[in-house]
Amino acid sequence: MQCGTMVAELLQFIIAGLKSGAVYALVALGFTIVFGATGAINFAQGEFYMLGGMTGVLLTTWGVPLPLAVVGAVMLTAVIGAAFELVAVRPIASGDPLRIIMVTIGGSVVLRQAALHLFGPDERALRPFTAGPSLRLLGAAVERQTLWVWAITAMAVVVLAVVYRQTMFGKAMRATSIRRDAARLVGIDASAMVTASFGLAAALGALGGLVVAPLTQTAFYVGSGMGVKGFAAAILGGLGNPVAAVGGGLILGLLESLTAGYLDPLYKDAVALVVLLGVLFLRPQGLLGGRGTEKV
Amino acid sequence: MAEVLLSVEGLHAGYGHAAVLHGVDVEVSEGELVALIGANGAGKSTLLKTIVGLVRAKSGAITFAGDRIDTARPEDLVRCGVALVPEGRMLFGPMTVLENLELGAYASKDRARAIEEGLARVEALFPVLAERAGQPAATLSGGEQQMLAIARALMCSPRLLLLDEPSLGLAPLVIGEIFSALDRLRAEGVTVLLVEQDARLALKHADRGYVMRTGRIVLEGRSSELLADDSVSRIYLGGEVGQHR
Ligand SMILES: Nc1ncnc2c1ncn2[C@@H]1O[C@H](COP(=O)(O)OP(=O)(O)O)[C@@H](O)[C@H]1O
Ligand SMILES: [Mg+2]
Repeated sequence: MQCGTMVAELLQFIIAGLKSGAVYALVALGFTIVFGATGAINFAQGEFYMLGGMTGVLLTTWGVPLPLAVVGAVMLTAVIGAAFELVAVRPIASGDPLRIIMVTIGGSVVLRQAALHLFGPDERALRPFTAGPSLRLLGAAVERQTLWVWAITAMAVVVLAVVYRQTMFGKAMRATSIRRDAARLVGIDASAMVTASFGLAAALGALGGLVVAPLTQTAFYVGSGMGVKGFAAAILGGLGNPVAAVGGGLILGLLESLTAGYLDPLYKDAVALVVLLGVLFLRPQGLLGGRGTEKV
Repeated sequence: MAEVLLSVEGLHAGYGHAAVLHGVDVEVSEGELVALIGANGAGKSTLLKTIVGLVRAKSGAITFAGDRIDTARPEDLVRCGVALVPEGRMLFGPMTVLENLELGAYASKDRARAIEEGLARVEALFPVLAERAGQPAATLSGGEQQMLAIARALMCSPRLLLLDEPSLGLAPLVIGEIFSALDRLRAEGVTVLLVEQDARLALKHADRGYVMRTGRIVLEGRSSELLADDSVSRIYLGGEVGQHR
C-alpha cells in the first residue's frame, strides 16, 4: 500500500523528468549542431526556444490552426536563426569561435528585447495539442501533452539521424564539422553549412518551445533559463555528439525532477549549474562523449 | 606543344605578414605530369594551397584553362576541374570510405551519375578501397588512406590533379602502388602537378620538374635533364632535397 504509492510517486517524478528532459534534448541538439559547424557555443539557442513558443502562440491568436501554427513557428524561427547567422554572426565574427560566442550573447539580448516589444511582457500559453484528461499509468498521471512532447522529440531525433546519415546535405554537414578545409576542397560551401546549422538549431529549439508551451507558460524571458539547461545537457553529452546530447537532456531532466521531488523544489534549477560545473571540471569530454567530438 | 592548362605567374603569397612565395612561375600543360621538388619548408604546399584558394594570392596571376582563378574559393575551383589531394590526406576520419568517396563527388552537377562512374573508376584503380567501403576512413592503413585521398579527389573527374607528398610516411611497396596508379591516371589523360620531397622518385615519373627553394623556383627542366643535373643530384645527395632517402 505504502510501497505502491512510493512507486507511483517515483514514476511520477520520472515522467516529469523525461518530459523536461526531452525538451532539453531538443535544445541541446541545437547546441551540438552549431558547435559542430563552428566550434563555438551559440548562446542565443535559448532564445530560439522562446521564439518558437511565442510565434506559435501569436499564430494561433491570429486564427491559424494549431498544426499549421506549429509548423509555421518552426519554419519562421529557422529563418530567423539563419538570418541571425547571416547578418550578425558571419560579418562580425568572421569564423572566430570566441567572437561567435560573443556575438551570440549579444544577439540573445537583442532577440529577447525584440520579443518583449513584439509580443509584450505577458505570459502566454498554447492550447494542448489534444484535449482531454490525463492518462493513468500505474498510479501516475501522464498529461496528453507529455506524450506529444515525447513523440515529437523522438520524431525530430529520427529525422535528424536520417538526414545526417543518409542525405548528401547531412554528410556535408558532418564533413564540415570534421574537417572544414577538406570539406571546402570537395566543393562544400562551409559558410553555407554554418548558416544552415543555425537554421536547424533554431528549428529544434523552436520545436522544444512549442511542445512545452501548453504545459509551462511561455514568455519573452524564458530563453535564457532554457539556454542554460540545454547547454548543460549538451555539455553532459560531450557537445560533439548528437546522440549523446539527447541522452544528456534526458539525464538532466531526470536529475532535476528527482532533486525537486526528494530534496527540495528550490534546488531544481541549481542542478543544471552543478552538472555544468561538475562536467567541466571532472570530465570535459562529457559524461557520454566516449568518442569525443568530431571537431578537429 | 599541348595547350597550357595551369599557369602561375609572379605569384606572391603567405600567411598573414609571413611572406612564403616570392614570385613563383610555374606552367603545366594539358596531359603533363609535372613534379615540384624542394626541401621541407620551401613553400611547395603553400603554392598548391594558393592555387586552390585556401591561401590568398597577394599578387601575381593564376590561370586555369584560360580563366583567372586567383580570387576563386576552393569550393568553386573543384567545380572548374581542379582537385587537391592535400598534405596529410585530410580525410573525413569518422566517416566511412564510401561516404568519403561520395563527398568527393559533391561538386558534380549530376551527383548520382558522378558517384556511380567515380566508384567504378576507383574500384579499378584501388580495388582495396572497395573492400573497405563500409569502414571508417580513420581505420585504414596509411597507404590505404593515401589511396582514398586520391580517390576522393578523382570522384569529381578533375582535369588537373594537385598532389601534395603522396609518398610521405609510406613503405616503398605502397609508394610503388600509388605511383603506378598515377601513371595509369596520366595514361587516362589527367594532368598532374606532383609535389614531392623524394626528388628522384618524382622525376622518374614526371615529364618535367621544378625545383623550389625558399619560395622561389631555382631550376626547371625536363625530368631527364634535372636527374642528370649536377646541382640537383648534389642537392639531393647532400641531403637538402629528399632528406629521408
Ligand atoms: N598555416 C601556416 N601559417 C603560417 N606559416 C606557415 C603555415 N604553413 C606553412 N607555413 C610556413 O610557410 C613556409 C613554407 O611551408 P610549406 O609551404 O608547408 O613548405 P613545404 O610544403 O615546401 O614543406 C614554412 O616556413 C612554414 O613554416
Ligand atoms: Mg609541404
